[in-house]
Amino acid sequence: MVIGERKPFDEIMKMLEGLKKISVMGCGGCVTVCLTGGQDEVRVLSSQIRMARDKEGNPIEIIEKTLERQCDPEYVELAAPVAPDVEAVLSMACGVGVQFMAERYKDLPIYPALNTTFVGGSKKEGYYVERCQTCGACKLYYTGGICPIARCSKSLLNGPCGGSTNGKCEIDPEVDCAWQLILDRLKSLNQMDRYSEIMPINDWRTNRDGGPRKMIREDFQR
Amino acid sequence: MSDFEPIVVAFCCHYCAYGAADLAGSMRLEYPPNIRVIRLPCTGKVTPAFLLRAFEKGADGVYVAGCLEGDCHFIQGNLVAKPRVNYTKKLIQEVGLEPERLEMFNMSAAMGPRFAEVAREFVERIRQLGPSPLNKNYRVQGSAA
Repeated sequence: MVIGERKPFDEIMKMLEGLKKISVMGCGGCVTVCLTGGQDEVRVLSSQIRMARDKEGNPIEIIEKTLERQCDPEYVELAAPVAPDVEAVLSMACGVGVQFMAERYKDLPIYPALNTTFVGGSKKEGYYVERCQTCGACKLYYTGGICPIARCSKSLLNGPCGGSTNGKCEIDPEVDCAWQLILDRLKSLNQMDRYSEIMPINDWRTNRDGGPRKMIREDFQR
Repeated sequence: MSDFEPIVVAFCCHYCAYGAADLAGSMRLEYPPNIRVIRLPCTGKVTPAFLLRAFEKGADGVYVAGCLEGDCHFIQGNLVAKPRVNYTKKLIQEVGLEPERLEMFNMSAAMGPRFAEVAREFVERIRQLGPSPLNKNYRVQGSAA
């Protein structure tokens, strides 16, 4: 899922300066799972904003709403009844959601409450780790299911560097050396022959370096 | 502000803290009338949204009272409440309220005197801190943040 973190509170309050009525909109997708932008987080942030504004004698009215997702036009449409009543929307979705909302509601400022940080999964509830950097050319077949682009600090493709010590990366003793993990795994899977195949220089054109990407299912086009 | 009477909300779990409150009553122990007890099945029910709402409505202080650690009637309720209360302390600090306005206490149902003691000490703490900026009864007109 996409992982995000709520922006610093002061930064959010600065975005809302001068506004009297807004909507704080949550997203029921990734940010709900990573406990950053779902219905409960909308409630908490709205409470905080009202409190901060009350404290300075400049109250703000907030319409709290959580959409199923903010990255599908059909769901973004469901925010339409709220749009005419507010001066701006503070979206708690990831960057994608904020942009989809902005595209649909052209006359309404849509502000991001989160910094969208990475693509990852839960190690356990409340603990999320990065696993994928969307390189667009998945190499997990060759690396025992462990990604050298995302998990190796240097994104090396052909084995560990000299900084790998006791299975840890030289940048931080808490960070596993991805290539140590990969080699251990390939050994246990009996796939060491895949390690012997040299991976050529990565073609970054499938990553964002080739420009904004898109994906189309031809069979769904009308 | 010598006429300031704090409004303190006490979220008490049914099995321990509320039992202790009951016992304090039976023992005729004296404690300040400023606390408003809200009975919960377990402190595990408490979430940051709950606690923020109390402050938003003008509570000068809030505390969560649950079973002794390891003795929660629902096994882990008070253990999940603790990090939530700590997190909420940070949230209220972001808004500009003192984190000391929120606290968690543990006690058993037999600890009537402890319930009274917590009430006394916490109300005194809040009295020292002064009214919450969100307490409408004590708003100074035209005060800035």
